[in-house]
Amino acid sequence: MNGSDEGSTHRTIERVARESYGRLVAYLSSHTHDLATAEDALNNALVAALTAWPRDGVPQNPEAWLLTAARRSFIDLVRHRRVAEASEPTLQLLREEREMTLSAEFPDERLKLLFVCAHPAIDPALHTPLMLQTVLGLDAVRIGQAFLVSPTTMGQRLVRAKTKIRSGGIQFEVPQERELPKRLDAVLEAIYAAFGIGWDDMAGVDQSGRELAEEAIWLARVLLQLMPREAEVRGLLALMLHCEARRAARRGPDGRYVPLSEQDSRQWSLPLIEEAERHLAEAASRGGTGRFQLEAAIQSVHAERARSGRTEWKAIMLFYEQLVRISPTLGTRTGYAAAVGEANGPEPGLVVLDGIDSDAVSAYQPYWAVRAHLLQRLGKTSEAAGAFDRAIGLAEDPAVRQFLLQRRG
Amino acid sequence: MQFALLIYESPEAFAARNSDGTDPYTGAWRAYYKALVAAGIYVGGDPLQVPETGTTVRLKEGKRRVQDGPIADTKEQLGGFTILELPSLEAALDWAARCPAAAAGAVEVRPLAPEMKRRITG
Repeated sequence: MNGSDEGSTHRTIERVARESYGRLVAYLSSHTHDLATAEDALNNALVAALTAWPRDGVPQNPEAWLLTAARRSFIDLVRHRRVAEASEPTLQLLREEREMTLSAEFPDERLKLLFVCAHPAIDPALHTPLMLQTVLGLDAVRIGQAFLVSPTTMGQRLVRAKTKIRSGGIQFEVPQERELPKRLDAVLEAIYAAFGIGWDDMAGVDQSGRELAEEAIWLARVLLQLMPREAEVRGLLALMLHCEARRAARRGPDGRYVPLSEQDSRQWSLPLIEEAERHLAEAASRGGTGRFQLEAAIQSVHAERARSGRTEWKAIMLFYEQLVRISPTLGTRTGYAAAVGEANGPEPGLVVLDGIDSDAVSAYQPYWAVRAHLLQRLGKTSEAAGAFDRAIGLAEDPAVRQFLLQRRG
Repeated sequence: MQFALLIYESPEAFAARNSDGTDPYTGAWRAYYKALVAAGIYVGGDPLQVPETGTTVRLKEGKRRVQDGPIADTKEQLGGFTILELPSLEAALDWAARCPAAAAGAVEVRPLAPEMKRRITG
């Protein structure tokens, strides 16, 4: 086999791994509850594919090939470990399944896996890392980087979470209707957290940040495919697509940070905006307004500027008002203050900011950035400089820091 | 608990010390310091003179060995330290990421060792 064939085989393996990873892990773990072994087994199968496929050619049904190999490996791993209590049912199950079918058709259990990852018995801080690892196959090093945790620590936390899932009676199931809204919310939060990390930290320049944002959008698409009737899933997808549409406009050619209000809307991606709008309209037609639909609606108003040339701050303010009512977080309250500042003037905006608990904002950068901006518009130069300092000191992105230093003057 | 942020800086960052203090790097440091104090977590810290001013002393077989410069000959050199009072390593890593040196060099986060100090100071 020549080099380019080998290259294309490797690319095929990468593509199959990416598309099938979550489906295979979900399927292998849905009955056994053993995520760690399912992942190990799948990784062994992928390693085997790296040897077998370039030699024998890519099988007609690569996913079925991987499933067979992973299943065998799963059985070997369990046998080898001789986990007395759990091994017999597990082995029996796998034997039965093996006899049942080796065809391509196996149930898609990813939805259950998503709900397991965001289960209330799991530390909320681990919901997103677990999803990234089990559904997307990201390793602890990359996840650790994204969450600003050392790879070893992240690895240990993930292992502990998986042990809990295996032995803690966490069911692999889609929650009952009564619990569904709350449980779904945790899944949506976890996906959005992945997007937020990819978005804030790297601000469009760093490749790994962009990839994480893309992974989050991919997760939301998977979720939508599995739950097409849930309006909030569409709301979340619309929100992320609207933000993603502006990625290219967030930095100047020299890497300079460009705030939303100064972005050149011709650099926004129209196809992404149109897709976001379709999802948002579809969500609205199903009635009920959730948090993600409101956030997407705010971004939709911003996107309008590409057509109208202006920003309807009054509309944004009204959406924020509703948002603060259902989700009064630091982020939404600060966003509301910024919108009031634009719609009604800096003084009313500052009044909203003053209503937020001062202890809570001591390390919250956006609060100080908005405060500095509003004070500067009022001509309160020295107070503004103090707020700018706080915002600069709390900024992590050097480009944002540079931008604020210039504004501070 | 207390953490030390050990600030490792590049030659360019050390060179910026020769400016009049209006450069962005120094401006970012001023703002960072204010944010640390305002958050109520600042315990102490100091910048160090540039690495070339260091002198390393060893006693080998009873003989004094003196060497110009810092111990390790690496591109990034210790340029200062900050001690912070924080509830967790996570919080310390967050503040390290905000440190202006994190983008220009590196910041090592190390917990202080008070039990060791007690053993020494009695």
